[in-house]
Amino acid sequence: MSAVVRLSDVHKRFGAVTVLNGVSFEVGRGEVAAVIGQSGSGKSTALRCIDALERIEQGTIEVCGHAVHDPKLDRRALRCDVGIVFQSYNLFPHLTAEQNIMLAPTCVKSLSKADARTLARDVLARVGLAEKADHYPEQLSGGQQQRVAIARSLAMQPKLMLFDEVTSALDPQLTGEVLKVMEDLARGGMTMILVTHEMSFARKVASKIIYMHKGTVWETGPGAIIDAPQTLELRKFVGGEM
Amino acid sequence: MSYQFDFLALLPYWREFALGVWLTLELSAIATVLGFVFGTLCAIGRSGGSPAVKWAIAAYVEVIRNTPLLVQIFLVYFGIATLGVHLSANFAAVAALVVNVTAYTCEIVRAGIESIHKAQLEAAECLGLSRAQTYWHVILRPAVERVYPALTSQYVLLMLASSITSQISAEELTAVANRIQSDTFRSFETYIVVGVLYILLSMVVRIGFGLFGLLVFVRRRKLGTSL
Repeated sequence: MSAVVRLSDVHKRFGAVTVLNGVSFEVGRGEVAAVIGQSGSGKSTALRCIDALERIEQGTIEVCGHAVHDPKLDRRALRCDVGIVFQSYNLFPHLTAEQNIMLAPTCVKSLSKADARTLARDVLARVGLAEKADHYPEQLSGGQQQRVAIARSLAMQPKLMLFDEVTSALDPQLTGEVLKVMEDLARGGMTMILVTHEMSFARKVASKIIYMHKGTVWETGPGAIIDAPQTLELRKFVGGEM
Repeated sequence: MSYQFDFLALLPYWREFALGVWLTLELSAIATVLGFVFGTLCAIGRSGGSPAVKWAIAAYVEVIRNTPLLVQIFLVYFGIATLGVHLSANFAAVAALVVNVTAYTCEIVRAGIESIHKAQLEAAECLGLSRAQTYWHVILRPAVERVYPALTSQYVLLMLASSITSQISAEELTAVANRIQSDTFRSFETYIVVGVLYILLSMVVRIGFGLFGLLVFVRRRKLGTSL
């Protein structure tokens, strides 16, 4: 399996605080990797480094053939291959769901308005929100907003999707509808990395669990490691979580 | 004390009043459009430019906001004439008003830009939008919508302040009034009429801005809520 994402010995500091202290892992094509760990373990930072939102001090990151650690990185090309969804949705409040989705394809890929609209309807249907195309973010529930945000990323036809605690701001029912969309994506063969606190979802959907602790990958393996942790720290973590 | 009002004495001058109103509108409209464009560019420079650009714009804004408009008008009109370039009074008036209102617009729009959450910029960046595209689609539109009421007040104020350009004999409404009252000695009546005309002009400007806002801010028109 060819690696879509490869991190080797990644170090990242914020001032005096070392957040990533030699992180290495790989995610192959079609794989779904769940990054778990306590708050402050560096999992969100690792995800942000993959999309070049943070500059790393040491190590290498390769994503879909882009050398992300290279200062000469073509960020726009990287962003065409990678979609990211945030905890706070970050939809553009002055645009309808459809316009939110059409913006990047028309601006970045120079699609015509008509083609972009067709595309927007298509991805909205994929997240089950075809009838909300003309709604503004404030007219949508949190779960619906998050699904529009996912659709907005999908419209760029990324090879890799990153999810940064996308359900943390949602109640259990809304969480369920967002997770279902993500599960459908995974089943469709999308390569995904998700930072999550949803352990049961991680175990069910992820082909790889990456447990981060103190800025390093502490333990990694298939979903089953959640049930049978090798390290004391992971055992404590899942014990506390579940 | 009794004073006999005689507004009829002003009737023969209605054409001049009308021309004054027209010039006032013209001066203000040009200064509003140019002031908005330059002010927005300054706001972009001040929020995202290099340190030198930021410093230069900040200095300009402070100088303008801390000097009287009348002095600025004199500087433009007489100052530039001293350099051997003769400007017409109307041109100098517009130029001075633009220089003035650009500084205020810069500060208002900058406040709008700074109200846009950093996460919005990150989302735009992650979608692959360029800096220019991000400014245009993600920052400026909601930023201007948020500060639109403040901008409206500023441009009403600009229209009223254009009366000061009568000092360099730009033939706008106040200059016209000055001339009519010295012709008729009916200063009380003249300035009452002018006052009423300014109120009407202010209403026209406000209504104009209101309609333009409805046209441009589609979400606001449909939902009626502020961003």
